[in-house]
Amino acid sequence: MKVMVCLKQVPHQDARLDVNADGTWIQDGNIKFEINSYDTYALEEALKIKDAGEADVVVVSIGPDRVTQALRTALGMGADRAIHVKDDDADLSDTLGCAKILAAIAKEENPDIVFTGFMSDDGNFSAVAPMLAELLDLPSATGVLSVEVGDSLKCERELEGGALEVVELPKPCLAAIQTGANQVRYASLKGIMQAKKKPVDVKTMADLGVSDAGAGAVKAKIEKVYVPPKGDSAEILSGSTDEIVGQLVTKIKELGVL
Amino acid sequence: MDFQLPDELQDIRDNASRLASAYDDDYWLERDEKKEFPWAFYNDFAEAGWMGIVVPEAYGGAGLGIVEAATLLREVAGSAGAMNAASALHLTIFGMGPVIHHGSEEMKQRYLPATARGELHVSFGVTEDDAGTDTSRIRTQAVRSDKGWVVNGKKIWNTKAQQAQKVLLLARTTPREECKRKLDGLTLFLADIDRAHCEIREINKLGRNAINSNELFINDLPVSDDDVVGEVGRGFYQLLDGLNPERILISAEACGIGFRAVEVATAYAKERTVFDRPIGQNQAIAHPLADSYSELLASDLLWQKAAWAYDRGDNAGPLANMAKLRCGEASFRACDRALQTFGGFGYAREYHVERYWREARLMRIAPISQEMVLNYVSEHVLDLPRSY
Repeated sequence: MKVMVCLKQVPHQDARLDVNADGTWIQDGNIKFEINSYDTYALEEALKIKDAGEADVVVVSIGPDRVTQALRTALGMGADRAIHVKDDDADLSDTLGCAKILAAIAKEENPDIVFTGFMSDDGNFSAVAPMLAELLDLPSATGVLSVEVGDSLKCERELEGGALEVVELPKPCLAAIQTGANQVRYASLKGIMQAKKKPVDVKTMADLGVSDAGAGAVKAKIEKVYVPPKGDSAEILSGSTDEIVGQLVTKIKELGVL
Repeated sequence: MDFQLPDELQDIRDNASRLASAYDDDYWLERDEKKEFPWAFYNDFAEAGWMGIVVPEAYGGAGLGIVEAATLLREVAGSAGAMNAASALHLTIFGMGPVIHHGSEEMKQRYLPATARGELHVSFGVTEDDAGTDTSRIRTQAVRSDKGWVVNGKKIWNTKAQQAQKVLLLARTTPREECKRKLDGLTLFLADIDRAHCEIREINKLGRNAINSNELFINDLPVSDDDVVGEVGRGFYQLLDGLNPERILISAEACGIGFRAVEVATAYAKERTVFDRPIGQNQAIAHPLADSYSELLASDLLWQKAAWAYDRGDNAGPLANMAKLRCGEASFRACDRALQTFGGFGYAREYHVERYWREARLMRIAPISQEMVLNYVSEHVLDLPRSY
């Protein structure tokens, strides 16, 4: 069985985020990056399948040089090989462009299962997974909390209001994994050492025969990124926890809301 | 010259810090207050194979050098666990150095795989209260018996002796007066800590309380010939293979704690608002933190150079000692300034900086005092006459 896992590298959750000079994205030149948290759960699902039997786990990512770090981490955790789409133009793709590039790889790889994260920590679009499934004409499920692999893929999905739904997808298929779906493993030292010997294929859009992604094909252009100004109605309390609680109680009494 | 961190070291940093960050300040405060060994934390690192980082691959380890081990421990010390976390791993990693370098093949086969798996806990038994830094004056003695050796004496500052199955024990086997050189006649044993012959008394101390430090009273402890590390009478010289790495690892750990303290204090300085502005806007708060950050950055380079020299097989003594001097100072200063940034709250346990401060203070005393490092540098680097 072959499992393809799509990984995105995103700014580290502790990184300080400042908007860039032209107000179109953040300043990402000098900050720490990590694997998108949702994608780590997707990777863990794939590795669980590998642990349970025979599976070839291929991790795929689009991005600049720094993305190799995310791929090596995934290889250290147990993935078998990696494909890195390193192409300046590919980096400028919108969600549809990314889905097209990933679809081109999936067509070459022919996986039985594609796992992605449910969304990315930075963009929050939740768009690439369903687009990718559509481009590959694969059955898919999003917001997946657990999977059971057999001849088909049984996915437990999260619905509004705490309800759950079970769907069964014939393979090949795609599942977009929800955060908290499993306990993500750590790379062992042995895993890190072995990762050095695992193959990382570097490809460009041209290698993949993709011409309708990248900057020229962007349909959803980011107009502006900004930090909303503080509203007049918001008041931020400061001090120790005890002081803040005291101030809050006073405010509530003053406003007479209780 | 290339200051770009190689991929492998970046991977070690990322993965070690990710694993360590699963244990937060509250976990460590509780371990410290209850004086409990951090088993959950330790087992996670052991399970992921980190304890075997310097054990040769033939014995189940990763066969990496001190650069990598120090990188690991810097990240661990830079986590909420600070020195408690680093010390939980530190001794297993560096303590077996003499066995790796001088142990018999049989000894390596017997003990190194268990070390790499994190199952073997070894305490270090060198220091004695009457000998101080002059190791030639230790009084613990090993005398020949028909089955091997019998050891009597007392050791102090035995880290982790409560958990350890073995102690790397330095004992005199030929009287000092009968030796050509005063450091001859000492032998290193990887002895069992047999409770019938060893009494362990824990020492109450200022900080790093999750990891016990002990006095070890040894009474007629039998040790077999198989447990002699290397050559009889050459123990001190074999021990040296462990001392420079220890200073380098401690230096890296000191930097880790220092950076942690600056990070925590900086976050607080941004968030704590007094008189309608964050306290970090005041130079009296900002400058000490900026100064400490730069000092740590410089110290961080020094231990890396020392580790690089050691791994190359150069004489790493001068660099290892100077790294420990500078990193120890930078770390304590950073923690002291972090505590000052927090004001009165810094003195409260729940803000955790006082724990870093207590632990960083140790780096100015152990594994060798700053004063003895300065003596070493005066004598061996500057070639000045010896003062004692």
